Amino acid sequence: MFSEVCWQIGGEQGTGLDSTVEVFNTVASRAGYYVYAYKTFASRIKGGHTDFTTRLGTTRVQAPAPGVNLLVALDQETINLCAKNVYPDAIVLADEAINPTLPEGVSAKLLTIPFNKMTLALGNPLMKNNIVLGASAAFLGLPLEGFKAYASGRWGNKGEEFVALIHTAMEQGYAHVQANWPDLAISLAPADGKERLLMIGNEAAALGALAGGCRMIFSYPITPASEIAESLVKIFPKVGGIAVQMEDELASIVACVGAGFAGARAMTATAGPGLSLMQEALGLASMTETPVVVVDTQRGGPSTGMPTKQEQSDLLAMAYGGHGDGPRIVLAPGSVEELVPMTAEAFNLADNYHCPVLIASDLALALFQQTVEPEAVELAKLPAVSRGPVADPAALAALGRDIFERYSKNTNENGVSERSMPGMKNGQFLATGAEHGPFGKVWENPANRVYMMDRRMHRLRGVKTEAVRYFGPSEADLVIVAFGTTLGAAKEARAEIEQLTGKKVGVLQIRLIFPVPVAAIAKYVGNGKALVVESNAVGQFAFMLKGSGYNPANLASLLKYDGNLITVEEIRTAATRVLNGEAQFMVTGGGAGVRTSSDPTIVLESAKEAHV
Amino acid sequence: MATMADFRTSEKSWWCPGCGDFGVLAGLQKALVELGIEPQQVALASGIGCSGKIGNYINSYNLHVVHGRSLPAAQGIKLANRELTVIAAGGDGDGFAIGMGHYMHALRRNVDITYIVMDNQIYGLTKGQTSPTSDGGFQTKSTPNGNIEKSVNQMQLAIASGCGFVANGFSANQKQLVEIIKRALQFPGFALVNTYSPCVTFNKLNTFDFYKQEIVNLDEDPTYDRSDRFAAMKKLMETNELVTGIIYEDPNPTRYEDKVSGYREQGIVNQSLEVDPVLWAKILGQYK
Repeated sequence: MFSEVCWQIGGEQGTGLDSTVEVFNTVASRAGYYVYAYKTFASRIKGGHTDFTTRLGTTRVQAPAPGVNLLVALDQETINLCAKNVYPDAIVLADEAINPTLPEGVSAKLLTIPFNKMTLALGNPLMKNNIVLGASAAFLGLPLEGFKAYASGRWGNKGEEFVALIHTAMEQGYAHVQANWPDLAISLAPADGKERLLMIGNEAAALGALAGGCRMIFSYPITPASEIAESLVKIFPKVGGIAVQMEDELASIVACVGAGFAGARAMTATAGPGLSLMQEALGLASMTETPVVVVDTQRGGPSTGMPTKQEQSDLLAMAYGGHGDGPRIVLAPGSVEELVPMTAEAFNLADNYHCPVLIASDLALALFQQTVEPEAVELAKLPAVSRGPVADPAALAALGRDIFERYSKNTNENGVSERSMPGMKNGQFLATGAEHGPFGKVWENPANRVYMMDRRMHRLRGVKTEAVRYFGPSEADLVIVAFGTTLGAAKEARAEIEQLTGKKVGVLQIRLIFPVPVAAIAKYVGNGKALVVESNAVGQFAFMLKGSGYNPANLASLLKYDGNLITVEEIRTAATRVLNGEAQFMVTGGGAGVRTSSDPTIVLESAKEAHV
Repeated sequence: MATMADFRTSEKSWWCPGCGDFGVLAGLQKALVELGIEPQQVALASGIGCSGKIGNYINSYNLHVVHGRSLPAAQGIKLANRELTVIAAGGDGDGFAIGMGHYMHALRRNVDITYIVMDNQIYGLTKGQTSPTSDGGFQTKSTPNGNIEKSVNQMQLAIASGCGFVANGFSANQKQLVEIIKRALQFPGFALVNTYSPCVTFNKLNTFDFYKQEIVNLDEDPTYDRSDRFAAMKKLMETNELVTGIIYEDPNPTRYEDKVSGYREQGIVNQSLEVDPVLWAKILGQYK
């Protein structure tokens, strides 16, 4: 009995694998298993290799699996690319028609099944993937009834005959495995049967937006962010909201600033290239003290970079991007589940701090399905809407015209003053990207400039949010600092590292990327070492830590920027080396394992010498 | 009822004495007064350039945005609160150079806003470079040997893109301008009010006298049918867009807001942000 298994399927892009995997994952989730599902895909629609991997467990799984138990290969390329990642005793199930061969050195059992022949006999090419599902269910001990029930629900509107054909295909796949390989089951321990949710991060962000009072999204299609708007365009008609596909990201962010100025909770969702285009208007929001929320699903950069590959390389652009100095808040979710309350909270922060709030999602969080506990997304438990300082319309009306100071020195503890919204009598003011005085009128007086700049920036000093979350023992010898997708692997690696080294190891999740919560980080790291794990080439978060006053002496770093996810094994290796005093700065990926590098945050060799 | 004084601010103008933009500002204020609109019900988004400063001088809710983006800002405001009167304003460079992408899409999206362009055929605030509406051969600081590019025909573009209301005014013809702006503000859908608003400092070619001499005034032509889209295009081509009045007005106007699924009459900003637990449960059910 396995407490977790890993199923992988590969073939040509555009052959319906997406929906096959969706069926598999949903049925497994309904059976009560925790799911973490990831994929390799290219920026094209038809053709090219694609593979999907689903890790199932009786407890939470939150990172790529170290190996695969059952690989279903629909073409030889899948075997060539994926077989090296299977466990030694794994099963590789391939279509007989492709005359499959295993690469040298792979000890897994290669089994063939006449998928094509069976599909032809059923008379419908769509049935191939259903035979695959039936066969997979048989190997993994998943209930065939669950698959059949799903098909009835999902395709019932296409007629009984069609559903019956799907059922037959699933049964045939199942029966074939049972008849031919009765002793080769990869038995997964029974699940608790609890009903959980399964979704991608982009869907979670959309749910969080809805709960957080967001009623407007202005966006432009981009991988891997598009599903946020695609989810909201279905939801918003039910609540009187609106999702507009704009002509570009410039228009998207400016429309959000307009909507925010008008008093709505508006958002945009984008990825690196869009974020670059939005920088000027993010400055406008900072300058005019207008709330706006941006979700950035980071992908490989710069420029077009790698649109379908993982990276966390927009941190500096989110926190400091654009010209001039302006306040921004940057949050990072550590799981799909967390994206729901965090996105809702982002709107509260934007309304309370009157500045842009960016959510640093990443490709793997955005697009990969994860289990969500229903308790975590109960409406009553999500952050209640808090609109921040807003002028009282009655008081404003009684005030008389030309008296309301939008940028008044009468600020609250966050350094923010009341705002008026169009429609409020006597609240009229000028919100301008030009430097301005208390009424909003353009004013370049030096003393005013200093006041206004300080006023805007100082609000970042006390951003009230759960900035970090710590997992592990107090006074750890090593604290792994992680955020976004990387957090899951770090959490899974933690106990393994302790076991391996006998040292105390903690994981510190960074939820507030900017302003960098240096004091909280220092408190949890204590006298231990901090290993910052991030998916970029220059150690952007390590750089931000140093620049925010964090002591660089106890800072170690592991970087990966080959487009793949950081694995448990890589973190374990790097952490062990830091604990053994063997390495401080490391990179991994690109076909090689964890290796020592020089400090990635320092470019010049001469500076490195000076630093020493 | 609001008066002209209610729509003025205490800000001293940064525009040059004699600038055409004074006339456009006055025309807009007068139109708002005559329509009985209150200052707090007006939101104006303006771009960068001399004309973008218009928001400094009108007592309404003003959002002075980055260069070229008055239209997305105005659409954002309007869709957030459709109960407001929303105006976008800017110059020819702001609208038809850096902002051209937004212009084309605002025309075809057709959100119920009024776009007032103060066209002086020159870059004024940067002190005299060629603009996308500058005439061929026009000598400027950036085209010392004369402009070798063709000028944008923004009104023809508007008609071609399906804009339901296309008008052109002249800063010096207040009476006509006020009537045009009033009609534009009342038009349900995207309304373009181009205006010739001469730059007295940097454009010595397209002066007040030049326009007075060259402009064809449609109000003086009782046979002109403003509901005829083909006639509108023809008139614009014939006059090289040196024509004022309401050039085209769709007799059966529609607007974006009427086509949005589930969009309500009440402004989004005036609706509750609470989520119905039944709806929430239903949406979550899709992920089970």
